[in-house]
Amino acid sequence: MSTEASISITDLRKIYATRDGALTSLDGVSFDVRPREFVSVLGPSGSGKTTVLKIVAGLEKKTSGDVRVDGKEVTGPQRKIGIVFQVPALMRWRTALENILLPSEVLGIDKGAAREKGLETLNLVGLGDFANRYPNELSGGMQQRISIARALAHDPSILLLDEPFSALDMMTRNQLNIELLRIWSERKKTSLLITHSIPEAVFLSDRVVVLGPRPAKVLEIVNIDLPRPRTPEMRVSKEFIEIVDHIGRRIGLEYA
Amino acid sequence: MLGKPNIIQWIKVSVTLIALVAIWELACRVFDIAPYLLPAPSAIVSRMIEKPMLFWAHGWYTLYETFAGFILAVLVGLIAAAVIVVVPSVRDVLMPILLIAQLVPKVAIAPILLVWFGYGIMPKIVIAFLVAFFPIVVNMANGLVSVEKELLDLGRSLEASRWQVFWKFRMPAALPDLFSGMKIAITLAVIGAIIGEFVGGDQGLGYLIIIANQELDTPLAFAALVVISLGGIILYALIEVLERIAIPWGQPLQQPQVAS
Repeated sequence: MSTEASISITDLRKIYATRDGALTSLDGVSFDVRPREFVSVLGPSGSGKTTVLKIVAGLEKKTSGDVRVDGKEVTGPQRKIGIVFQVPALMRWRTALENILLPSEVLGIDKGAAREKGLETLNLVGLGDFANRYPNELSGGMQQRISIARALAHDPSILLLDEPFSALDMMTRNQLNIELLRIWSERKKTSLLITHSIPEAVFLSDRVVVLGPRPAKVLEIVNIDLPRPRTPEMRVSKEFIEIVDHIGRRIGLEYA
Repeated sequence: MLGKPNIIQWIKVSVTLIALVAIWELACRVFDIAPYLLPAPSAIVSRMIEKPMLFWAHGWYTLYETFAGFILAVLVGLIAAAVIVVVPSVRDVLMPILLIAQLVPKVAIAPILLVWFGYGIMPKIVIAFLVAFFPIVVNMANGLVSVEKELLDLGRSLEASRWQVFWKFRMPAALPDLFSGMKIAITLAVIGAIIGEFVGGDQGLGYLIIIANQELDTPLAFAALVVISLGGIILYALIEVLERIAIPWGQPLQQPQVAS
């Protein structure tokens, strides 16, 4: 299966050298993400979830193990990956559209084509009317949507989302979950979401990788068999609640 | 910027200033204070009107020194800040040296600069440059490193070149800090130029003050002081105008708000 996987992680270990000695953050983590699949990595805070994402993105070095993207070993950043961070990380000196065009500029993509694509992506995230607004004129939820659009605009094949909604309030968060589902269904990217919200992970994903507390191992990989397209009503369905409860117990058990 | 000045605030400030000047004028007349001790505002103004060309000529000279020193400080400061931020090994050496250099009182070096550069305009420009340089470097370097970590991660993930990271990520982020530095620097540059003129020379508003003092022509000294202050205010205002043009995106980004 690892040959056909978009992202394949095998026995990934990350050990940090700290003042108090070696700190094992990831202790043999293995899982795959298939093409166009939506996978979430769920775990308690400090479990090294974000480290997994950064290693896949080539922004951080692993200690040992095998990490491959499209069959090639990750040695550094790759342009086929789009990243959404925990904070919007927008350039406050650029308008919404200009922010979205940044990756294309850096990558040297033709301006006209990039602009068209940028406007299209801005429309996709529902901010077509805000192309010329500066970030500080927009709400936190809108800023994070722009950040999603920025990650998508240069058409990467893989989307990495690092707790993108954790700084938002519950209502905005739920709303953006639904938005993200819609965006994902329109631009089927291989997606890896890092989150500590069980309902969020279950609602969005095809599979959820449950990590334990540090040093993190994979406790379980849960298949989410809820039908697609998913609707907000499913959040109160019996199946949904059962899965959420199951994962909750799984994480809770590890603490006990 | 200390918030947006509104019309009511302007009126309050103007009225207060006018009142202070009126009290000053009144005090001089009522207590019959000798003009060489404290000239009345009216005496200062009439002194300015008497010989406007005197102030123009010396004013331009001081302005020229100030501006030359300031521009030099901005150019060298920008380059120094860029090197400090982009080349970490240089930062470790250059930052402490800059700090030590900043501790040397510039006023005390002024006479030595005179020995080195003569009595012309050069030592004045150098002093203006020296005092204006530090706030530019410190503010600019701070600004260049103020880029969000995640933005830099984004740059890395896109394999942006050093050049791209500098011009697209760091430079615009540093603009507000550069302008804060420039506002401090321009007022310091005026002071530097005046110090240079105090120490030696035969032109400029600082020189005019020295001459006026020697002749106990206090109204002339005050008149020169008013011109210096007005010049400083105008230069400061010019930079604020430039800032508004260069930074159309307004106030620094607030934390993400809660509402969608």
